[in-house]
Amino acid sequence: MKRFAIFTVLILGSFTLSASAQDWIRTGTGLGVEKIRLAVPDFKVNASEGNTQSLAMTFDQTLWNDLEMAGIFDMVGKSFYPMAPPGTPQDVRLKDWNQPPPNASMLAFGNLGVQGGYLNVQGWLFDVKNEQSPQVLGKQYHEEANDANARLIAHRFADEIIFRLGGGVPGIAESKIYYISNRSGHKEVWQMDYDGANQKQITHNGSIALSPHVSPDGSRIAYAGVTKDGWQIQMWSLVLGRNVSFPRFNGTNQSPGWSSDGRTLAFSSSWSGHSDLYSIDSSGGVPHRLTNDRGPDVSPSWNPKTNAQIAFVSGRTGLPQIYTMASDGTNVVRVTDQGYAVSPSWSPNGQFLVFAWVRHYGPGAPGASDIYLMDVASRQWVQLTHDGGHNDFPSWAPDGRHIVYQSNRSGRTQLYLMLADGTQNKKLTTSGENSQPNWGNK
Amino acid sequence: MKLSRAKWFGLIVALAAALAVSGCGKKKVATATPPPPPPPPAPTATLTANPNTINAGQSSTLIWSTTNATDVSIDTLGKVGPSGTVQVVPSESTTYRLVAKNQSGTQEATARVTVNPPSAPAPLKSNAGDAELFMDNMKDVFFDYDSYDIGGRYTAVLQEDARFLQAHPSISFTIEGHCDERGSIEYNIALGDNRALAAKQALVSMGISANRIKTISYGKEKPFCTESTEACWQQNRRAHFVYGQ
Repeated sequence: MKRFAIFTVLILGSFTLSASAQDWIRTGTGLGVEKIRLAVPDFKVNASEGNTQSLAMTFDQTLWNDLEMAGIFDMVGKSFYPMAPPGTPQDVRLKDWNQPPPNASMLAFGNLGVQGGYLNVQGWLFDVKNEQSPQVLGKQYHEEANDANARLIAHRFADEIIFRLGGGVPGIAESKIYYISNRSGHKEVWQMDYDGANQKQITHNGSIALSPHVSPDGSRIAYAGVTKDGWQIQMWSLVLGRNVSFPRFNGTNQSPGWSSDGRTLAFSSSWSGHSDLYSIDSSGGVPHRLTNDRGPDVSPSWNPKTNAQIAFVSGRTGLPQIYTMASDGTNVVRVTDQGYAVSPSWSPNGQFLVFAWVRHYGPGAPGASDIYLMDVASRQWVQLTHDGGHNDFPSWAPDGRHIVYQSNRSGRTQLYLMLADGTQNKKLTTSGENSQPNWGNK
Repeated sequence: MKLSRAKWFGLIVALAAALAVSGCGKKKVATATPPPPPPPPAPTATLTANPNTINAGQSSTLIWSTTNATDVSIDTLGKVGPSGTVQVVPSESTTYRLVAKNQSGTQEATARVTVNPPSAPAPLKSNAGDAELFMDNMKDVFFDYDSYDIGGRYTAVLQEDARFLQAHPSISFTIEGHCDERGSIEYNIALGDNRALAAKQALVSMGISANRIKTISYGKEKPFCTESTEACWQQNRRAHFVYGQ
């Protein structure tokens, strides 16, 4: 296994990137493709009722941020835009946009206003190089006028644009991230929007909660908690807003991982006297043993494409390494060859693992834990984080283009978002310590 | 669905026995093959204990250095590096013997740690509560990095603990497994679990009933010491005894 450069067919065509980075990744989702030049002028404000201006600002910022973070656009700077932004298709003069200085390929624009307490938004996407029939998309939104809905509408419109221009991969602007925060004084499960907005405490157990993993349908969160029976897999219903019953077992039970059909959970349990992996029907029942060795086995992550394989961490040969196995426990294969490798997360397309790795472990070694991406078939890998500190618990976004992870590079452990090629890192949390992010499908 | 304790107890004992027999988990030590002749000079070795007199329960530091040795070991501690230091907590006066070897010869060095017996024969302030006695007498077990094997010197600590527990058969207690701040949250929960279970298995093998012992891992969630230093990390890699279940 060695350092590698990945060059391959890209989903949108045969472009190649002349980036200075020597490592590149084909995630099969459009990253690394020549980015589309997209102009997004502020939406024109129609009627200025009450707080319309502040809602417009929220909307514009959210839309811009979503499109910028999407990873597939080259955002055209606002200083290149014409003085009067278009509010409707009639206002658009294609030549203002499709020639330098903006030289945009695509233009997202529209108008918004508040009427009778409702926020009305009209948005369009124009292919400004196509003078005959430029309109790609036209959408209307009508929601109660408040800041949350201004953000929501912006996310929806952004996801429409990303879906159209991003090779048919749904956007993630409306998705949620679940994580652990200690800011209440205890480690509890929290949730937030993918961009770090709307951070909200979910559990109030007053104990220790770890390793939240949301079900694929977004209805439940499996996590590990200290109960009167020790560490148990706990199940929080996002529908009912409370813990619901889940079987308890002797020993330490932790690190749940969902199969992508939502039917099965894999988890680590030490009921036999040492920690091994088991699978169990997600509605309860009898666990099925997957591993049996003295070293700790933890952190199962299913191949969400097939549910036929599970990546996990085992200390069976000493320091923890990443392994894969068939989902019935057979065909165990070690995939990392050295150091301290933990916290695998399997990409939505089934092709990649991301994980945390201290490659050169031991006295005198630098010992940074960084996030790595590995092509499962070839075992070739590439390092994604380079900014020092302890980086851990990467989790894939459903679009396969983004990864959320924890890092203490700036002091306390916080959550960061990045593209799956390691670029565009963005800090999502600042309050307390935040860890173990898990990206939901919805 | 809970498994019967007796059944697992049996399994645990069997497993402990199997592990003891197979001695698994030993790491290979790579030894470079020196070029053939000339034969190396004979090894030299020194070993000192500081302090060389302690009170029961206190620790002493062994300091050793060798030259030319290809194989260095200290009785009760096993193979060690060519030079180093280690903390020991002997429960009675002990002579530590270091043996340094290479193909030309063997050099020994010894150091003795004298342990003063507890001044007032410690057992048992009859008016003290069980909890207080437990805290005064039960000594924690410490571990090497990423290890859940009970090192040679801590077997003696656990024997003392077992002696106390045998004298107080009504006490039930919890063993907490702890880890240092390095490494991953989930892996450390499992590692701490293994540490607590290792201490439990050792006590059970010394005749303490498994029913008296509850275990829980705190991984790196409840550190004793929060600085990022080896001294602090060592404090956090432990099986900690807590009165009650």
